[in-house]
Amino acid sequence: MFEEIGTTTEGDLIINVGPQHPATHGVLHLVITLNGETIKKVEPHLGYIHRSIEKMCESLTYRQFIYVTSRMDYLSAHINNHACALTVEKGMQIEVPERAQVIRVIMDELTRIASHELWWGAMAMDIGAFTPFFHAFREREKINEIMEETCGARLTMNYYVPGGLMAELHPDFQKKVKEFIVLFKRKIDEYDELVTGNIIFINRMKGVGILSKEDAISYGCSGPAARGSGVNCDIRKLYPYAVYDKVQFDEILETGCDSLARYMIRIREMKQSIRIIEQLIDNIPEGDFQAKTKAVLKLPKGEFYTRVETARGELGVYIMSEGATTPYRIKFRSPGFSNLSALDHMARGSKLGDLVAMMGTLDLVIPDIDR
Amino acid sequence: MFIVKYIKEVFGGLKSLLVGMRRTGYYFTHHKEIITEQYPDNRDTLVMADRFKGEVILLHDENNEHACTGCTACELACPNATIKIVTKFDITPEGKKKKAIDKFVYHLELCTMCNLCIVACPTDAIKMAQTFEHSVFNRADLTKILNKPDSKIREGIE
Ligand code: SF4
Ligand code: SF4
Repeated sequence: MFEEIGTTTEGDLIINVGPQHPATHGVLHLVITLNGETIKKVEPHLGYIHRSIEKMCESLTYRQFIYVTSRMDYLSAHINNHACALTVEKGMQIEVPERAQVIRVIMDELTRIASHELWWGAMAMDIGAFTPFFHAFREREKINEIMEETCGARLTMNYYVPGGLMAELHPDFQKKVKEFIVLFKRKIDEYDELVTGNIIFINRMKGVGILSKEDAISYGCSGPAARGSGVNCDIRKLYPYAVYDKVQFDEILETGCDSLARYMIRIREMKQSIRIIEQLIDNIPEGDFQAKTKAVLKLPKGEFYTRVETARGELGVYIMSEGATTPYRIKFRSPGFSNLSALDHMARGSKLGDLVAMMGTLDLVIPDIDR
Repeated sequence: MFIVKYIKEVFGGLKSLLVGMRRTGYYFTHHKEIITEQYPDNRDTLVMADRFKGEVILLHDENNEHACTGCTACELACPNATIKIVTKFDITPEGKKKKAIDKFVYHLELCTMCNLCIVACPTDAIKMAQTFEHSVFNRADLTKILNKPDSKIREGIE
């Protein structure tokens, strides 16, 4: 029977999941070929939320295009903006003040926690537990409040500009973050009590969605999805940017290669993010929050590429400049797209009920895949 | 031994469920830790963060004067053509022509609250307001003229 997997024969059942389906977290459309309960093929269909962000950026200046990228992976909005700001700074050779760099790292890590928390709630909901969703949103709300106070928005902040930050920190920022750290350390143990140790949860996740190390590399997976298969791919460690080379944290690796491993990665990563924030929050250097830049930014002729680690994996920003005020071409290498491409491989041969447990651990944000 | 392992697993599983249930029970009996806000019932007490980006406003003082020179820096900074500055020429008492704004047109429906116009303004004439209830029945209501009728530029602002 397994020889048939990957081909369609007469009598196969083809079902459509999405584009509007609660388990796909957005407008993702999966066409699933089934033989009985066994999945033979999963074909993702994209394009339902394509906004041509790359093309839009070509008509925006280097200050303006950053805000659009918050709308790609909206759960890592800060980190997307960081990648764009870094690329422009690289091209213009702007020295970013130490203070701005430290604040950027704190903001990025808060974003990562918020993103992983939302994923944790949604993941548990995907496989049938409803309560964790509210627990996750309760803590995420605290981060949103911190963001709202300093950046003025809760989701699409647009706080980074080429050369630094848009505004000074809110006076309450450090106090609020410290309160959050205390609260979060207490709550993360609750997460383990509620979900991680739960026998039903473990049975549904263990051995599901196997993605071997070789496959993870050849599909170009990155972020927690690849680290769950033991691939060293944390950009923060491999190619440190901002002040990541000055803080102590561990790159989390698991060797389980299954959904449970990818789940554990994110839970453990949240603790590492807290560790990074703890080291920095009392040591924000004094100084400017923004470097002096020219009023009109013009990148020199050439090609510039930077990569950062978002909550979902490696985000690359490629800018090709002809020396004008707007980029000639922009390309984003989004983590979600490559991670999604591994879904077909993971799902083949397993049961339909497990598909949601696999897809959940890939942490797909559709606007990121489908810019 | 298979049977011992089996029994252990059953009890281990049961324990994990009870641990989770204890957590649920804790919140069931501790209402103080619930943080849900009852919007819109709490409208009177609701405080928005003072930097919250709700909409762009032009600041007017008590003499109905603003600080906008009509330099269009904000219009150029805006990524999606939300702002349109219509300028006119005033005749000063000395008989000179002076540029001033006729209309500060702001399309709320296009605005992404990116704050770029606010940072671009050299005279700090505009600011973000903390309003958020923007729903209207007619789309045209979202296009606003920000300068008040008969308002003029404050003395001494160039
Ligand atoms: S906030 Fe951004 S989108 Fe809105 S008017 Fe200002 S520059 Fe334009
Ligand atoms: S609001 Fe500020 S930037 Fe815009 S036209 Fe007036 S003075 Fe210039």
